[in-house]
Amino acid sequence: MSGFDIAAALVKVLLVFGVTMLTIMLMTLAERRVSAFMQYRLGPNRVGFGGLLQPLADGLKFLLKEDIIPTQANRPIYLLAPVIVMVPALMTMAVIPFGAPLQIGEHLVPLQVADLNIGVLYILALTSVGVYGLVLAGWGSGSKYPLLGGLRASAQLISYELAMGLSIIGVVMLTGGLTFGEIIAYQQETGWNIWKQPLAALIFLIAIFAETNRLPFDLTEAEQELVGGYHTEYSSLKFAMFYLSEYANMITASAFMVSLFFGGWDVPFVDELAMGGWGVALSVLAFVVKVGFFLFLYIWVRWTFPRFRYDQLMRLGWKVLLPLALVNVVLTGFWLVWRAGA
Amino acid sequence: MATVQRTYEPQFSDRFYLPAVVRGLWMTFVRIFRRKDTIPYPDRKYVPADGYRGLQRLNKDAEGRIKCVACEMCQTACPAHCITIVPSPAPWDEGEERYPVQFDIDLLRCIFCGFCELACPKEAIELTEIYDYASYTRDDLIINMEGLLKVYDVTSQGNIYKRQNEGESITIDTGKL
Repeated sequence: MSGFDIAAALVKVLLVFGVTMLTIMLMTLAERRVSAFMQYRLGPNRVGFGGLLQPLADGLKFLLKEDIIPTQANRPIYLLAPVIVMVPALMTMAVIPFGAPLQIGEHLVPLQVADLNIGVLYILALTSVGVYGLVLAGWGSGSKYPLLGGLRASAQLISYELAMGLSIIGVVMLTGGLTFGEIIAYQQETGWNIWKQPLAALIFLIAIFAETNRLPFDLTEAEQELVGGYHTEYSSLKFAMFYLSEYANMITASAFMVSLFFGGWDVPFVDELAMGGWGVALSVLAFVVKVGFFLFLYIWVRWTFPRFRYDQLMRLGWKVLLPLALVNVVLTGFWLVWRAGA
Repeated sequence: MATVQRTYEPQFSDRFYLPAVVRGLWMTFVRIFRRKDTIPYPDRKYVPADGYRGLQRLNKDAEGRIKCVACEMCQTACPAHCITIVPSPAPWDEGEERYPVQFDIDLLRCIFCGFCELACPKEAIELTEIYDYASYTRDDLIINMEGLLKVYDVTSQGNIYKRQNEGESITIDTGKL
């Protein structure tokens, strides 16, 4: 590994981390503003231009709040849980390619922090680790409502991870590889996967809503039933960590969705690789726009649909999405065999 | 046993839910671009309708003297017992023979029912459109005669919120209210 590679990797790490944190901040604002607009309100628009500095004010508020540790809490677990949620949420962005490879001198720098050969599995694994944080937070708080929230998180995880994993299998079968580089290269050659795997895309979309605990599947924090779910007993910065990681997970899930089904940084009918610097800029822009759309979709869905009941969620996960995902895998298999024979 | 009466029997196509989902999304999306109901308060103020019952005022007659004759009808009518009046013989020769030397209203007790206005035989006490007065101490919210007369000066030329929204600079300076 040369000095250049290390420098490039460092720059990319800082860039991805910084942009992710910035996007989280913007998302907390966008959530409030968009929800307000949908309800004929204006939302926070006083701090900075159009309320742009509101997230900073919110962050400052979190910093200055009293940090309470309940006496009934299991201290080590209680303190560890927000970290377990936060760290994987920020780690997952590492394998997402956010632009076409950039040519600097004689070096070709892929715009991706790490091109793991099991990139897809890496994300699936880390997002599941994040759920452990929720369960531990629920259990470690020593309070009944967080415990219920944690239990729901684990039940939800099992019922959705299966369908989610199976919906990805269709894409992996088409591509024949688990790295994001291969998946995106395949989509560049033959068109986006959404056209070939629409059912898988739909199942995946529904599953990531459940995965990130967003409405209509936010049963783990259903405030009307569970006060606030797993983060009821958390305050100050520890609560902020849960809050931030929820948005970090949304960003990762959107980027995951875009990479798997919407061509990643690919712009249709344009050869970014042949266009040099402008092609790279265009590809990054395309990626940002696509991810931005899905982030907006998250907010949009949240303020449109009511929460699922617990049994409805289970039924949807086990009796609808899982069989559909299996059917999709089988159909994809038949299609591949048929195409190989033809 | 109760029977459920359904007005709409779900069709098979309804069981896919996706068209309904898309319709729902469209509904909320369109609303983003509608006119907003929020009034950005300190910049623009809500203008109450005529007849709004807010802060009281004591009216003045054509010579600028207080109309009140300290008959204490409002004090008697007040269900919240928030009005305190001390009457005295009027210092002027013509006109009414009595006037109040003290006229206090405890705004924290007032329920803004408007009975004082109805009870008044001289149309001396009236409720105005002013709603945004607040203070840090309870003492500040006991308005005296001087304050009530100042409220008259401020509000006698039309709805103050309408005037403020039109750019006129009006401060409700009633001193210690």
